[in-house]
Amino acid sequence: MRLGDIAFQTLAAADTVILMVAGLSFSRVNSGMDTENRAGFQKSLATGHWSLATSYWLLIGLALVTLMAFLLSLAIGSVLIPTDEIVAVLLGGDASKPAWTTIVLRFRLPKALTAMLAGAALSVSGLQMQTLFRNPLAGPFVLGISAGASLGVALIVLLAGVAVGLGGSTTGLAGISLAGDTSLALSAILGSGLVLLLVLSVARKVQSGMTLLILGLMFGYATSALVSVLIYFSVADRIQAYISWTFGSFGSVTWRQLQVMAPTILLGLAGSHLLMKPLNALLLGETYARSLGLNVRQARLGIIGSSAVLAGVVTAFCGPIGFLGIAVPHLCRSLLHTSDHRLLLPAVSFMGATLALGADIVAGLPGSQLTLPLNAVTALLGAPVVIWVILRQRNVQEAFAG
Amino acid sequence: MTDRIILQTDALSIGYRRARRADVVVARNLNFVLRPGELVCLLGPNGAGKSTLMRTLARLQPPLSGQIWLDDRPLGDLRPGQLARRLSVVLTERVDVGAMSGYGLVSLGRHPHTGWTGALSERDRRIVHWALQAVRAQDLADRRLLEMSDGERQKVLIARALAQEPRVMLLDEPTAFLDLPRRVEVMELLRRLAQENQQAILLSTHDLDLALRNADRLWLLAAEGALYDGAPEDLILNGAFERVFAGEGVTFDRHSGFFHTRQQTCGRVLVHGHSAAAFWTRRALERIGYAVVADADALSKESAIALERRTDPCPDAAAESTISVRVQDSGPTYALDIAGREDSFTTLDALTTYLRRIHPGITGVSPASPPRKGEADAETDQDLHAQRR
Repeated sequence: MRLGDIAFQTLAAADTVILMVAGLSFSRVNSGMDTENRAGFQKSLATGHWSLATSYWLLIGLALVTLMAFLLSLAIGSVLIPTDEIVAVLLGGDASKPAWTTIVLRFRLPKALTAMLAGAALSVSGLQMQTLFRNPLAGPFVLGISAGASLGVALIVLLAGVAVGLGGSTTGLAGISLAGDTSLALSAILGSGLVLLLVLSVARKVQSGMTLLILGLMFGYATSALVSVLIYFSVADRIQAYISWTFGSFGSVTWRQLQVMAPTILLGLAGSHLLMKPLNALLLGETYARSLGLNVRQARLGIIGSSAVLAGVVTAFCGPIGFLGIAVPHLCRSLLHTSDHRLLLPAVSFMGATLALGADIVAGLPGSQLTLPLNAVTALLGAPVVIWVILRQRNVQEAFAG
Repeated sequence: MTDRIILQTDALSIGYRRARRADVVVARNLNFVLRPGELVCLLGPNGAGKSTLMRTLARLQPPLSGQIWLDDRPLGDLRPGQLARRLSVVLTERVDVGAMSGYGLVSLGRHPHTGWTGALSERDRRIVHWALQAVRAQDLADRRLLEMSDGERQKVLIARALAQEPRVMLLDEPTAFLDLPRRVEVMELLRRLAQENQQAILLSTHDLDLALRNADRLWLLAAEGALYDGAPEDLILNGAFERVFAGEGVTFDRHSGFFHTRQQTCGRVLVHGHSAAAFWTRRALERIGYAVVADADALSKESAIALERRTDPCPDAAAESTISVRVQDSGPTYALDIAGREDSFTTLDALTTYLRRIHPGITGVSPASPPRKGEADAETDQDLHAQRR
């Protein structure tokens, strides 16, 4: 099975690099360090968590893996393009075959960039939600944020018909004008933000996380119901467009759409990275965070705001992509053995980007003209990985740290 | 002497505001001070408002009226960061951050002192180490929270509060969920910290005995909202304890410093001897419902609290003056003398079992026919029973 081979090769390559980097830092610590340090290092090995220096090396390793996955996703597809050709194209040159230049620049590069941005955005959003609600099951999906975004998009696609001037040719979202992009993104952000604010206003009254999750689910159901109503009264063309949007895809995002998406996501990521200190304080719960001098209301608003922007924008352009947002934070915590958001936020960004790229490569069914729905791939490939990671831990608590 | 006061309240009323209804006032007109270097324990029955008071002092909820002064400034005027550098808390809320190390948790205490990333400076790191050392938990620095026992967690949480370098530390029931040795350890730790760092430490607890032994002062918060403030011994002698815990189904014994459930005492026993064995014999007899008096003089003077509180005179008058237990320390053996007839036991279990059988009404054990029971005893047993039913 070619598909399986490639998936495993990708994973194996990622593992190797991580191990190499980890090994590198081992040798660095062990050589030329005094015995006291070495004892300390071995101690931290015995207790199973990395020293700070090691964590930074792991972070660099993750970044390298992301870079590799990026190059891989440019190389693999319906045709295989050699890596040196890709580098040449990226550096502004031309590939030996003009078609390759077109493929890389017009299709694969925007798709890879979209995947990286979306993966990072969803994962960071998930991490923030898990910490804010101190619940391992939290994520953009569970609390209905993506459902809210879906409603926003459904309203635009099914009712308003944003594709102004394109007549009946609305087969996908790719043809939508820049003005349409902006309103699409805005409606998704509004939809997701609205649901999140709703969840939060309730969250202030109920203290139990379980209640909150149930409420989030209910909000999700309610918005889905509204979407159903919209679909029921809509024409077939629009419904087709909406349904293919729900499958999730990185490939339908054009350069022009990226001009809206990339800055927004980068802004959202920057915003969430600015919140690393409040997030760390919130690990102890809101009361402790307040006693540490944190303005909890402000921090909560910031976290929710950046989360809604990140999840909303991704959902608007790529569809409601499941799984990554919940899984990646868990994977990072168990890889880095830390709850410190100073490490987790960048780690989650890199890991999310890598996994999104990996999922996209697999969904593209390399060597064939077929593609799989992205959502199916993220869950099919990711669920076993997360199950394995969770079961490997001595205690589920260890895998989750919020 | 205002410079020696860190925290002061002025006509403070605490409680909860409710929308469109009258406020729930938990306690009103509280005036007290906290001085540097002292350990104050807040005691009171459940529901008296200990947690409300702690939360109000930590500005986690607003006072209904009155003023709290911290460092001669109104508590409400301090910015969140300023407050966090002066006051830290240890809450009952469980901290579930499984993957976090002890060091990581304690370093969160530096939060009010660090920049926007929360990165620790050299000084911050020194203080984190010092805090871990102060609670004698250096070996927990590398351990993850998940792998710690409750006592170890509590120590690390105290270290975290300490790392904030506060002038006042508030701890809400820090000894709950700990076994006895850990409770003693934590209490003595806090006492030492207060003295060494000249911090004011206020903790709420249900651990009466530990509070009596370790606190410099006690605050007794009564259910009706009155607060008694004073040295533990003063509060015992002036009867504040009895007042605060009255109506809780228990009485406070001014002499032993213990609470007794207010069960009817029945029968009096003389215990001779001052050794450890005699002490525990007293405890065993008290447990099964006897009022124990130290010697013959005390018996006639009725000075024991438990006797004063007796409401219903025991019908078993004969038994009152005739049971005496003589403890021989070599052994020990317990010689029981009831109306001139002597029995000897080698364990307190045997002694109390026997006494329960001849006075079944005391602890509600169903009467079995006791071995070697005299005629008089049988009659009184029946009397006793008739009265109880």
